[in-house]
Amino acid sequence: MESLSSFFAMGGYAGYVWPSYGLAFVLMVAVLVTSARGVKTAERELEQMQSLRPGRRRRAQQAASVTEVPET
Amino acid sequence: MTRKRRRLYFVVLGLLAVGTAAALVLSALRQDIVFFFSPSEIVEAKVPTEGRRIRLGGLVEQGSVVKDGASVKFRVTDGAHVVPVVYAGLLPDLFREGQGVVTEGKLGKDGVFQAAEVLAKHDENYMPKEVADSLKKSGHWQDEKKVDKP
Amino acid sequence: MHRFANPARFLRLSALIQPWAAAIAVACLAGGLYFALFASPADYQQGETVRIMYIHVPSAWMGLFCYTAMAVFSAMALIWKHPLADLMARASAPVGAAFTFICLVTGALWGKPMWGTWWVWDARLTSMLILLFLYLGYMALADAFDDPERGQKAAAILALVGVVNVPIIKWSVDWWNTLHQPASVVKMGGPSIDSTMMVPLILMAVGFKAYWVLVLILRTRAEIAAAKVRTLRMAQIHAAGQVEQA
Repeated sequence: MESLSSFFAMGGYAGYVWPSYGLAFVLMVAVLVTSARGVKTAERELEQMQSLRPGRRRRAQQAASVTEVPET
Repeated sequence: MTRKRRRLYFVVLGLLAVGTAAALVLSALRQDIVFFFSPSEIVEAKVPTEGRRIRLGGLVEQGSVVKDGASVKFRVTDGAHVVPVVYAGLLPDLFREGQGVVTEGKLGKDGVFQAAEVLAKHDENYMPKEVADSLKKSGHWQDEKKVDKP
Repeated sequence: MHRFANPARFLRLSALIQPWAAAIAVACLAGGLYFALFASPADYQQGETVRIMYIHVPSAWMGLFCYTAMAVFSAMALIWKHPLADLMARASAPVGAAFTFICLVTGALWGKPMWGTWWVWDARLTSMLILLFLYLGYMALADAFDDPERGQKAAAILALVGVVNVPIIKWSVDWWNTLHQPASVVKMGGPSIDSTMMVPLILMAVGFKAYWVLVLILRTRAEIAAAKVRTLRMAQIHAAGQVEQA
């Protein structure tokens, strides 16, 4: 128990060491979560648009693929 | 020349131009970007010190730290010259003899540097205490650490 | 070059890489944290505060790495009109900005107890702050125009101009005297960090890189989907216009 509290004390520098790790953790999780959410919403929206117009799906895909071909 | 090739040259030339401009500006501002002056520069009067607030950087000379009531006296060295410093205030945890230090203040007429702020500067070596001790014991310890070039 | 320009190929490749990047990131960060906090010694001078290094230094490397990647992608977009390069440059920016911010804040948290100050305007610290502003400027500029292509072009030019700052940051501690100490790992004559401290440093650095790969894939996927939605919308509006005319 004593070793645990001395671990958290960080030789008296707890107020500097732990906030460093805390900030890195919070920011990295935040960026990861927002990125994962962004993929989900963007890909869902794309799917909806494509399924709403099944008849025109091929044409739409062709239209979409126009941007994919690099113009030189 | 294709358009691609032209854009490539354009980007490369642009980068070269920006790089040259940055190098010119930085070398012109050299004296202003420097964070501190060495004892040699101050003793040899290479920098204007009169009445100006400047920073002095170097190593705290071994055995020079004297606590005098609320104030502390020590000497800053770069191997060639030494400047005595007086300071009244809180010293950083890393302040110790033989370690780097940067102090900000004014040079008195008597040649004593009146420091208003003392910052510790540490070197690029990281090791556990046991390794440092065994290095010292075996005589491989470099006592004369590299002094910052002026 | 254009073999990798195809978004469909990117999506196939990223589906393969993504789980591996996630696994490597989790494994390296877990191992890195174990060594950083438990299984590595305190420094002979700096005591326990040296543990801040295992966040601070890899974050600084990521700040420089992400910016360099962003500049390379921007150059590819400007020169070869590589359709994915713009999206990947955009995707890299928030990660780099986050790591640069982490680097600056952990540096302040480390500087206060050791140097005796949160912040000084020396060459290293100032150039690192400029890097954060370059990231913020890039992200703002990329979204500033109604026409995403124009914003992207302006942002790409900013990214390329700002890349001069990268070598300045790296060598600032050698070119000028600074409060910040010189490099410890990437320097002539080998690193001056004890191997027990090198282990957590390298593990965290690899973990951060894998994390970047993962986030880059996620964000690029989102950008690809958003671009497709945009073109579909344009096609819809176009089709509606034709119907009205007829």
